[in-house]
Amino acid sequence: MADNLKCSNCNKEATVHLTQIVNNKIHKVDLCESCAQKKGVTDPQGFSLADLLSKATLTHETGDSQLVCSNCGLETADFRSTGRLGCSACFEVFADVVRPALEDMHVGSEHKGKVPEFALTRQNSQAHLHALKVSLARAIAEEAYEDAATFRDQIKAHEVAVAELEATEA
Amino acid sequence: MIESLIKNDRAELTQNTKKGSPVVLSTRVRLARNLADIPFPERATSAQRSDILSKCAEHLGDLKLMKKGAFFDVSQLSELEKQVLVERHLISRELCESEQGSGVIINKDQTCSVMINEEDHLRIQFLKTGFNLNSIWKQMDSFDSELEKSLDVAFSEEFGFLTACPTNLGTGLRASVMMHLPGLVISDQMERVIRAVNQLGITVRGLFGEGSDATGHVFQISNQQTLGESEGEIINRLGNVLKTIIDHEVNARFKYLEENRAKFLDKIGRAFGVLQNVHFLTSNEAMNLLSLMRLAVDFHMLPEANRSDVDRLFIECQPGHIQYAAQEGIEPELRDIARADKLREEFSHLPPLIFDKIGESS
Repeated sequence: MADNLKCSNCNKEATVHLTQIVNNKIHKVDLCESCAQKKGVTDPQGFSLADLLSKATLTHETGDSQLVCSNCGLETADFRSTGRLGCSACFEVFADVVRPALEDMHVGSEHKGKVPEFALTRQNSQAHLHALKVSLARAIAEEAYEDAATFRDQIKAHEVAVAELEATEA
Repeated sequence: MIESLIKNDRAELTQNTKKGSPVVLSTRVRLARNLADIPFPERATSAQRSDILSKCAEHLGDLKLMKKGAFFDVSQLSELEKQVLVERHLISRELCESEQGSGVIINKDQTCSVMINEEDHLRIQFLKTGFNLNSIWKQMDSFDSELEKSLDVAFSEEFGFLTACPTNLGTGLRASVMMHLPGLVISDQMERVIRAVNQLGITVRGLFGEGSDATGHVFQISNQQTLGESEGEIINRLGNVLKTIIDHEVNARFKYLEENRAKFLDKIGRAFGVLQNVHFLTSNEAMNLLSLMRLAVDFHMLPEANRSDVDRLFIECQPGHIQYAAQEGIEPELRDIARADKLREEFSHLPPLIFDKIGESS
């Protein structure tokens, strides 16, 4: 064995060699004993080659700018080293970094399944209410009292509608 | 803490007597869900984690399905209790290793468990004996919809349900079926099957992580991909592959029986004899003997009514369960004695094997 394979994680001699075929493409990963242990390769229940591959694809891309999620503080480098996102807001910040990794990982790159109707309606309605309240505050500050009255009525109407909706749900 | 759970006489996995089936032991489906805007468990502060835990536990506890359910804070469980829950497939190993602020809520008959602050805020799991993908998904879908009425779940139109790891994006759904495949193993076809299904984005693992050389010839087969297909499509695709595997397994069993009748009967007969007289038994050996007893039921050598006993023993002979039953930390060697005692006692109540009904369709 003159040409020993190196661990794709730390460059030590690789003793664990994995091959998996995903979407008709052959993926190979070579790992040393300790990295294999760390990644749970020896524990197939907790291990998925796709996780490892996703990380490999993520790590190999270079030259992109450092992005930071303002909600949880995750940086591009964190994502590249762990393969994990930090919060739901990360998906807007890192969308361009996440997208290319999805192609090899999944059947398609867009969601085709269930949509959480209740949660989305509620979130949209909360966002709408918040916007109205901001407009009202601004109108009052600017002493535009006619506008303020309109916003106040809209807020009331919105709150009544939400209350009715909640009553029917219950 | 988990005593009532173990003693429950209506637990799905260990006490279900109705829906057993040859080849398929049990079906599990899990959904990954997160709360909008709050950092995922790994990045959340410990204060945020305990907030998430209490908030989710409260909302989950209000749901109808969770009436009389049990909630456990992982940090309050002993190592042994955690191991028992893992062996019952109610929590994951990852949850066991989590820091403060993780928990699990399990419903009365142990068909539904929700882990809080594992890799994602919520991991919802439904588990039933037998081959039940469609009915589980239906039940799960409405449970999930009920939950999102009171919790703001993280979702985007493009990526679907948002998860910490991109491998779970989209539906967040992983369906996993526990299959008993001695025919394919004995006829050396298992490797080919694993390679073929891998190409279809389907993964094969051992019962408790023993790799492709699964003890007890039990394999977990599950979908790898979660994005780009609807839940129904994922389940149908997996279901179709599994039906093909079931056909191959049944054919392999009959072919083996035809070509090696005496050898086959001898194997089962000897295993039965060992189980009735054994005094020292490792967990691996127990799994392999029980695997042959499951075959005995499939071939009508043992009454169908005893299938649930065999399936229950698959779980109760795991190291954690043996130790838990002994009520003290016992050494591996004493564990092997306790396991042998248990099986000898259980098998002394079974009727003798019937060898003249073999060959009738299983």
